[in-house]
Amino acid sequence: MKKTKYLLPVAAAGVLALTLSACSGDGGGGGSTAGSDDCSAYESYGKHDGKTVSVYSTIVDVEATNLEESWKQFESCTGITIKYEGSKEFETQIGVRAQSGTAPDVAIFPQPGLLATQARAGYLKPAPQTVSDLVDKNWSPDWKKYGTVDGKFYAAPMLANVKGFVWYAPKTFKDKGWEVPKTWDEMIELSKKIAADDKNMKPWCAGFESGEATGWPGTDWIEDVVLRAHGPEVYDQWVAHQIPFNDPKIVDSFDKAGDILLNPDMVNGGFGDVRSILSTGFAQAGQPVLDGTCAMHHQANFQAANWPAGTNVAEDGDVWAFITPPIDESKGKAVTGGGEMVGAYKDTAEVQSFLAYLASADFANNRVKLGGVVSANKGLDPNNAQSDLDKLTVQILQDKETVFRFDGSDLMPSAVGSNSFWKGIVQWINGTSSQDVANSIESSWPKS
Amino acid sequence: MEFIGEKLLQVVIALAIFAAVIGLIMLLVDRAPKSVKDKVTVAGFLAPAAILMLVGLVYPAIRTSMLAFTDASGNGNGFDNFVWMFTQPEALTTLRNTVIWTVLVPLLSTSFGLAYAVFIDKARGERVLKSLVFMPMAISFVGAGIIWKLVYDYRGPNIEQTGVINFFRVALGMDPKQFLLDAPENTIFLIIVMVWIQTGFAMVILSAAIKGVPVELIEAARLDGANAWQQFRNVTVPGIRGALVVVLTTITIATLKVFDIVRTMTAGNYDTSVVANEMYTQAFRAGEPGRGAALALILFLMVLPIVVYNARVLRKQREIH
Repeated sequence: MKKTKYLLPVAAAGVLALTLSACSGDGGGGGSTAGSDDCSAYESYGKHDGKTVSVYSTIVDVEATNLEESWKQFESCTGITIKYEGSKEFETQIGVRAQSGTAPDVAIFPQPGLLATQARAGYLKPAPQTVSDLVDKNWSPDWKKYGTVDGKFYAAPMLANVKGFVWYAPKTFKDKGWEVPKTWDEMIELSKKIAADDKNMKPWCAGFESGEATGWPGTDWIEDVVLRAHGPEVYDQWVAHQIPFNDPKIVDSFDKAGDILLNPDMVNGGFGDVRSILSTGFAQAGQPVLDGTCAMHHQANFQAANWPAGTNVAEDGDVWAFITPPIDESKGKAVTGGGEMVGAYKDTAEVQSFLAYLASADFANNRVKLGGVVSANKGLDPNNAQSDLDKLTVQILQDKETVFRFDGSDLMPSAVGSNSFWKGIVQWINGTSSQDVANSIESSWPKS
Repeated sequence: MEFIGEKLLQVVIALAIFAAVIGLIMLLVDRAPKSVKDKVTVAGFLAPAAILMLVGLVYPAIRTSMLAFTDASGNGNGFDNFVWMFTQPEALTTLRNTVIWTVLVPLLSTSFGLAYAVFIDKARGERVLKSLVFMPMAISFVGAGIIWKLVYDYRGPNIEQTGVINFFRVALGMDPKQFLLDAPENTIFLIIVMVWIQTGFAMVILSAAIKGVPVELIEAARLDGANAWQQFRNVTVPGIRGALVVVLTTITIATLKVFDIVRTMTAGNYDTSVVANEMYTQAFRAGEPGRGAALALILFLMVLPIVVYNARVLRKQREIH
């Protein structure tokens, strides 16, 4: 039994050593500087060699690759390693991770509502002054408002998208002699004409299926109609719950959208009846526009990425889009859209310098140059937009006459904006009346 | 690559720490004074498991129970969450569906599994037949959900069908059907998926149990003039009673917690939500952790009696043997 006397201290020391080495984790590595690139533009962000910033967002696939590309030089000039992770489950997972203490350093929120929930729960750090100043310089006050929670500024906007484009095939329109409608009434007239003219073509195709988020494309329809028919004031009141969700104006907007979505003569080209909207994936829903079984498809600018490879998206190409036309022209040229907000769970120097970069005009130009996205950053040079559609989108965003409002469901509390509103749309398409749907969403609005 | 290497290193370190801790405990226990050695041994070996149980199970359970009595911002609100659960039509549908699931799935899976096990017992090609039915067990619930979603897929009457069932319906001159949109039968179509998975489990366990019924008993019954049904009813079933209880309770517990199939196929829409799905939706999507916790608590209370019953039956059997 004598040898145990030696073994015990050895084992104890071993445990201690292993524990220590496990705690120290990753050291060194990373930070390989990429040669002769000019770093003068990045001097203000400082040097943070060997530091890592983890980023979590909804952005995946090509978009994610482009995003990482757009901060490559920032990484090599500042020495910060950006660990990027994109997930389509972001909306649910970010809450889980924040609660379990494994939050990322930086999260790119697609919804101000979610950002507000996280900020109120005390997980987020307020944005540093440098970021706040950059946002004052580069964005309109509307945009800054969306990153502010209870008077405290948390998150700078990053990229932007414009919703409510109506996609169509220019060739079909030209062959049939149809004009792009200038008003909502003209659009309805045109739809009726298409429904009467052509047995093989329905005027509209739509798809609201999106896993557990099924129904969200329908919320875009309602928002577009509320903003265009009743104006930005009513829209703001609706989103902030200063008027109830079952206000007659909102119910009326459901009915207006229903003139198209709930009318079997109008939908659902290429897929079937009204209810097939619910079982059609949103990314596939526009395809019938190309094969001529559907004339128009309502979807945001990111629909451009959903067309099959090789589709020419241009005014004289295979598909093109017009913005959903005004319903009441006295309410101005209104568009709804979305954008990402960059919030931070840590306030270390390297995180703050990364936040400042994302809020800068440099980042906007670098990212937009790679194509596929636009930004509402005023420092963005429209010539950097890569496609015709991106140019059109930047034009709309930078037009002084445009009334821009953030996607309403993204601003509502998550109990509504990412739950009961989606479910309400599903029930509405599945046959429940506009009034009943609005009542049930109203009853789900959090009381406090 | 760097990322994978780092993770592997972490795994190795974790395993090494585990081995070292166990080794240390063994050494310490070994060196304890003779007078208290037994107690120290017991304590030393139980402590790690007990601590992990406390940290990983007991503490979260208590936290969840407390959370169930708070609102979205974390302030106490008494029984409001439970009032909501038993008054909101939506929440009531959820509870109703869970009851339908828990009644139908164990019953159907066990009956099909038992029937199949009896019929293929000692048949030619038994192994192949068994693995065919057992195979769905190897597919994850999410995978099964996606497969069946495609099976139920719908296109309009004049458009080429992509779903298998609707393809055959149209070929037979019927209209295609939206299987997942119409309550209440859509819940049944979801239940079919779960039964499809669990039948294999029931079949394998019951088949093994059937083989354990003494041949002499069956021969004696046959000599007494019992027909096949009587043999099955009065000899086989009592002989496999223990296995039947285990299968029924295991499937019941799995069914109470069903989440993946519903979330993948309908996301709880069209009145198909179940408690586990609603719990997740409320807690993590709607930002109502209190309601989520209340649903979790109810789920726990529903599972508890079954677990207790299961443990009792097992103990009784051990006493007999």
